Amino acid sequence: MKKTTTYADGILEAYEYLLTNHSDFFIIGQGLWSPWYVGSTMKDLDKKFGKERVIDCPVSELATTGATVGAAICGYRPMIVHPRVDFMLLAVDQIVTQAAKWRHMFGGNSSAPATFRAIVNRGGEQGAQHSQSLQSWFAHIPGLKVVMPYTAKDARNLMIASVLSNDPVMFIDDRWLYEKEEDYTEIEILDLDNIKPQKLQEGNDATVVGLSYSSMLCENAVKNLHSSGIQCDFFDIRVLNPLKVDEIVESVKKTGRLLVVDGDWASCGMASEIITSVVEKLEISKLKKSPVRITLPDAPAPTSKTLEDVYYIKEVNIENAIKKLLI
Amino acid sequence: MIQEVSKLINPLEFRFNIDISDIDKQLLVDMLRKMILIRKAEEKIAEHVETGKVKCPCHLGIGQEAVGVAVGLVMRKTDRAFGAHRSHTHYLALNEDTFSLFAEVLGKFDGCSHGMGGSMHIIDNKNGFKGSVPIVGATIPIATGGGLAAKMDKKGDIAISYFGDGACEEGVLHESLNMASVMNLPVLYVCENNLFSSHLHIDLRQPSNTTARFAKAHQMKNATVDGNDVVGMFKLLTTELSIMRETNNPFFMEAFTYRWRGHVGHREDIDVGVKRGDDLKSWKMRDPIQRLVLSMIEAGLFSETDFTILSESIQNKIDADWAKADLSEYPNPDFLLKPVYSK
Repeated sequence: MKKTTTYADGILEAYEYLLTNHSDFFIIGQGLWSPWYVGSTMKDLDKKFGKERVIDCPVSELATTGATVGAAICGYRPMIVHPRVDFMLLAVDQIVTQAAKWRHMFGGNSSAPATFRAIVNRGGEQGAQHSQSLQSWFAHIPGLKVVMPYTAKDARNLMIASVLSNDPVMFIDDRWLYEKEEDYTEIEILDLDNIKPQKLQEGNDATVVGLSYSSMLCENAVKNLHSSGIQCDFFDIRVLNPLKVDEIVESVKKTGRLLVVDGDWASCGMASEIITSVVEKLEISKLKKSPVRITLPDAPAPTSKTLEDVYYIKEVNIENAIKKLLI
Repeated sequence: MIQEVSKLINPLEFRFNIDISDIDKQLLVDMLRKMILIRKAEEKIAEHVETGKVKCPCHLGIGQEAVGVAVGLVMRKTDRAFGAHRSHTHYLALNEDTFSLFAEVLGKFDGCSHGMGGSMHIIDNKNGFKGSVPIVGATIPIATGGGLAAKMDKKGDIAISYFGDGACEEGVLHESLNMASVMNLPVLYVCENNLFSSHLHIDLRQPSNTTARFAKAHQMKNATVDGNDVVGMFKLLTTELSIMRETNNPFFMEAFTYRWRGHVGHREDIDVGVKRGDDLKSWKMRDPIQRLVLSMIEAGLFSETDFTILSESIQNKIDADWAKADLSEYPNPDFLLKPVYSK
């Protein structure tokens, strides 16, 4: 048995499990026969499982996404892979206006249980059009579940749960997490509807919430502060829509302080949504400080590495924000 | 069957009888019954759009009945058709279920989408109608995926994509035709070219008035046909679908036709478009129902009396179904959230 695994290997293992155990599962997307597009997360799948089930395709985001939706309506469990969130935006009609509404507008008489996998990739001077996240856009939509794993275990188990869900799911993974290493665990078949935010650190001083890559920054920051005698509750959100915050509300009742970190823009973003959802379930007297969010600056991603350095969130920003909350 | 475009767009051509040779009488009667039923059902809906009883936007296909009927008669129940905004014809051609359509248009729970969709979101999975949506072009890639699924099923089923000439101005048509061609997917693309997108004539929207040129560009087998000749289209599709079911090859049929009502609602909209008023009068002479009836009478297969009896019995069914739909219940308020997710 493997002793450790990585986030990228977790995704690859999910694919191998699904392709082996679910004959109605197939994958379509640009670059699937040339996996440098998607890191090592799909390595040799076409060779092992055949090019009929691991389908490389024309440069047509909208039609291939629509075809994925159509195959889902016709009984398959397909996944479309978009190697950048940015590229997927050409296909928004099919995700937001078709798949997400398909069950509701036909009164429950049909559904489109497709999985839309989008990859966040940024840094390395890739500039404004290869760096977006935009999870809050999709989490805004009733009927579309949005999943963003942080741990390798979740990357694998929640990808399987996303494909097996009877609803359309947006699954967003992050290239900056691909090398993240952790102890290997066995595959668990989970019901996506039962997945809640996961508490990964325990403490009474403040409640810190992250998602996907920002969870890694949060967890490291929270651990770094242990040496200063600061102990925080840390939650990884995992499922952005439908959002469940009950455990976080309980934590904030205890700590009175809330920090949310999202590697996307502030306006109408996930950080705002999480803070609002928590605060509206709290008596205001429970809050010792106003809640705080850390997000990207209000600018498109820059290209020059010196500007990238100030653009992306760092652990130290989170540590400082927590310290400030405690003053 | 394949005709010159210049004649197809000229309503002074193809006014008279159609070739019904080699077609069984019962099949001709089926075609006729379905077309009359669709015409009268849509007239009933139009009547209640005018009275205000029907609120949802209704895009009527009066004048275009032959296309859906021809396609419906060559479909298997396991085929998968996807419609667009003007799809009452496609739906009724398969099931003749005017009650479930009327109830849906009225927003009632007995409707085919439990009143959640209205005229623009109709579905009949049992008979292979997998859904219609009004976003122009949106179901073209979805049907293409239906073709991919059919190919994977390996049972010789096909997908059908209904759209109009306006949808050919959407980029997704080209992406989809390219995909079906290069991946060899069994999709029948049916373009009902009624020469108008909303108020705007095709001459003001495209440099050519035939959309089959897009199929040619994607090396897809195609035909341009008289969309008001139900028998001609039936014969063509019988041949082509048997090839598609064997080879998985896609096929593109452009059917020239004309809608008698406006883009949306009950009115004829003769004030829309430069020549629509004159053209509409001419196009009514190319009536797909009238041409079939006259051809059957001339062949001695049908009489005026037969036609009257058939029309009256259909009218009675429609009146009864409307009355029943009118009395049926609206969805309960708690149904609002129920179909958002699977549970």
